[in-house]
Amino acid sequence: MSYGQTEAVRGIDLEVERGEVFAFLGPNGAGKTTTVEILEGYRRRTGGEVTVLGEDPQRAGREWRERIGIVLQSGRLDPYLTVRESLDLYAGYFRNPRPTEEVIALIGLEGKAGERASRLSGGQQRRLDVGMALVGDPELLFLDEPTTGFDPSARRQAWEVIAGLRDLGKTVFLTTHYMDEAQRLADRVTIIAAGRIVARGTPADLGNRDRGETTIRYRSDGDEVTVQTGDPVKALHELTSKALADGEELEGLEVTRPSLEDVYLELTGEAEGDSETAATELTK
Amino acid sequence: MSGLALVAHQFRYDQKAFWRNPASVFFTVMFPVIVFLILAVVFNGETVNVRGGVEATTYYVPAIMSLSIISATMQTLAMTLVIAREDGRLKRGRGTPLPPWVFIAGRVGNSIVVALMMLVLLAAIGGLLYGVPIPWERLPEILLALVVGAASFCCLGIALTAAIPSQDAAAAIVNALLLPLYFLSGVFIPEDQLPNGVITFAGFFPVRHFFDAFFDAYVPAGGAAVSWDNLAVVAAWGVAGLLLAIRFFRWTPRTG
Repeated sequence: MSYGQTEAVRGIDLEVERGEVFAFLGPNGAGKTTTVEILEGYRRRTGGEVTVLGEDPQRAGREWRERIGIVLQSGRLDPYLTVRESLDLYAGYFRNPRPTEEVIALIGLEGKAGERASRLSGGQQRRLDVGMALVGDPELLFLDEPTTGFDPSARRQAWEVIAGLRDLGKTVFLTTHYMDEAQRLADRVTIIAAGRIVARGTPADLGNRDRGETTIRYRSDGDEVTVQTGDPVKALHELTSKALADGEELEGLEVTRPSLEDVYLELTGEAEGDSETAATELTK
Repeated sequence: MSGLALVAHQFRYDQKAFWRNPASVFFTVMFPVIVFLILAVVFNGETVNVRGGVEATTYYVPAIMSLSIISATMQTLAMTLVIAREDGRLKRGRGTPLPPWVFIAGRVGNSIVVALMMLVLLAAIGGLLYGVPIPWERLPEILLALVVGAASFCCLGIALTAAIPSQDAAAAIVNALLLPLYFLSGVFIPEDQLPNGVITFAGFFPVRHFFDAFFDAYVPAGGAAVSWDNLAVVAAWGVAGLLLAIRFFRWTPRTG
């Protein structure tokens, strides 16, 4: 049951399962939007194979568009239409739309249904944007950086809406450059940097976090000492045995695992080296 | 929904957005009325020496109607489509099952309905305030000129969007093109007061030909009610606009 198998631009190979929230994570300029626009059928690719919902997006027609919903990265809404009108307008484009009032409830804008888009906050506008992608009752939703530029409470609200999509059984293709967003929302994460995939997995085991280097920190005679090790059990044993034997204190002893953020920065930083060639290939 | 039902659906929302947009309402509806009233007050009682002489107020009714029709079609479409394009709204719409032609048809329908309303409004103001007769017997010829002009200027407006790089540039480019042409074509300044060379120059552009055709349809003193040669020039511009629009119109933002 594969949703899409992409082997496009720079050997990007993706498979998205039905009903999952798939996060496509990477820094700005990594090629996320290029990839997602190929999947959405906006951009023509120069090579490779892409199948989304069983069709090639480049040639797919109206029937295919009935089954997908799109939220663009920098979408502005018609400022003169109200929340309800914007949703009704889009509902009319689809053969079997979801009832407008239901969508309004899903995006949590019950109190704002009669308000014009121009009078909504940025976070509320984004939720309406998601609502307009939902109103056609699509099987697959593309969300391109849905919370960029949001304050923490607006992000939290947007996350709730996105988390609710999974409960509806929707497949969600989410692009983001926020680690915590991917971690919070996604079933699976693929990290892209400089136009190629550098890691993939569930948020928990991403980038072999379990096997990453452990950091041991302590103070000795007032000096900060840091030890990086791939074998923390052995290193700690040696360190503490020696300290006990010498009667040393090991003040402020601390053992830390790399956070997801560290993994992400390391992975995306490593790829920076050949970013220029990759970027050129992507924009071709 | 069938194609036509979808066009009607799109049109309903385009109408709402049009009437709620202060810029549309001012420039397309109020501005022509204000200009007509100013010109009528200033030139009331004078005679314009065209077609054997017509009263100035009679001259300005079809003149400002021509301006209104161009404003409701070319100007409104060029401005609102560029704004929607740069907002990403055109691109977003392309991601839905809505056929692109339906979207354009809704906007064109909106423009033509507004143009018709302006015709009625200006005819009523001219008739009630200045006794300018409404030539009911020429309704078919007036509607013919309106349809040819509105359709052609819609095509030109859609084509013009391709030459407008950003939202900020839209009003500047549209006005820089149209305002001088209104002056040179005799819309603001009666043509008997313009040097011959000016009218000849204006004759290279569609505004002058449309005004001419519309004047002939609206003012019985003009003689033949249908000015086929002028309408043909306007239609030729329209076809050229249509071809350019098909070739160069874009749905995705140029900026941002």
